[in-house]
Amino acid sequence: MAARKTKPPAITLERREVVARILSRRGDAAVVTGIGNAVHDVASCGDEARNMYLAGIMGGASMVAFGVALAQPRRRVLVITGDGELLAGIGSLVTIGVEKPKNLSIVVLDNQAFGATGNQRTHTAAGVDLVAIAAASGFAGTALITDDVGLEAALADIYDRPGPYFAVVKVKTTTGPRLDVPRDGTYVARRFRAAMTGDEG
Amino acid sequence: MAKAKARHWSHDVHAVLKSADVRQVAYVPDGGLARLIELCNKDRTMRSVVLTTEEEGIAQMAGAWLGGERGVFLTQSGGVGNCINMLSIIQECRIPLLALVSMRGQWGEGFPWQVPMGQATTAALEAANVIVQPVDRAEEVAETVEAATRLAYDANRAVAVVVSQRITNSGRRG
Repeated sequence: MAARKTKPPAITLERREVVARILSRRGDAAVVTGIGNAVHDVASCGDEARNMYLAGIMGGASMVAFGVALAQPRRRVLVITGDGELLAGIGSLVTIGVEKPKNLSIVVLDNQAFGATGNQRTHTAAGVDLVAIAAASGFAGTALITDDVGLEAALADIYDRPGPYFAVVKVKTTTGPRLDVPRDGTYVARRFRAAMTGDEG
Repeated sequence: MAKAKARHWSHDVHAVLKSADVRQVAYVPDGGLARLIELCNKDRTMRSVVLTTEEEGIAQMAGAWLGGERGVFLTQSGGVGNCINMLSIIQECRIPLLALVSMRGQWGEGFPWQVPMGQATTAALEAANVIVQPVDRAEEVAETVEAATRLAYDANRAVAVVVSQRITNSGRRG
């Protein structure tokens, strides 16, 4: 087997710390999580009405957030999801790249594994370049983040750069504790919608 | 003197959607819905989004409602099967959904590969708890969409208006 010419950098970032740093600057941003560990990563920063926790609909997070972004043009809408979830709806990147919502950012916590089912390898483990796919699809800004310096540099872009913005953060497969996240869809959805619209939903 | 030809039902459906304040239109193109899609594309109060696959549209419609806007999802019957898992968010979160489905594999279909999904369309929608409102006369499409709009957005339900192939006249030659 041919050796790689350049060895990829060692993965050192912890997903939960990455999410905590990103969300520490969220302001009034809406956050849509992908299914799986991303739900708990986001909830670990505090459960709140502007979090839409998804489950079941693998591949749907980016397009749910896209619909929110169109409806809430003055608010930043942030997707926090995993590589497996994003890959399941990879066509969404093409759709969003064409539509170019200025207020949508997608952050992929890329551990190169299907974390919810036993850390089986995903396609990114084989070298699939999600950042290149997003750039080729028309995203206005992209980043590959592999360390603290890169993460710090991207924080302003995630919230302020005209989107659509797309960042892959390479993270370890370690996870934090699972939390008692509200799981009733009707409750989470109505709470979120009321926070978006300022009415009773 | 011959009576002037009635205008295509798509104009009336577009007017119904507009008066219902539908702002997001998500679609995968289909011949049976082509005129309606064109009208929505030209309407500056509507944001029309072409999808790579139909399930994206279900997710977008959920997001539209979560953000406080109304949407409509347009698809051919062949795309309904692609939506099944994504309809989980509609059912579990009890999010309103308004869909227009143009049929293939149904009335006078000449192309065999359209028949399996066409014949499974209603069952698939109902399995996912979507209310199916079939319409098989052109002059009744708009009023059916108007009724479905109320069921979706006032009664908070998932509704698909299924437009018969008898109306769209697609697939005659296979």
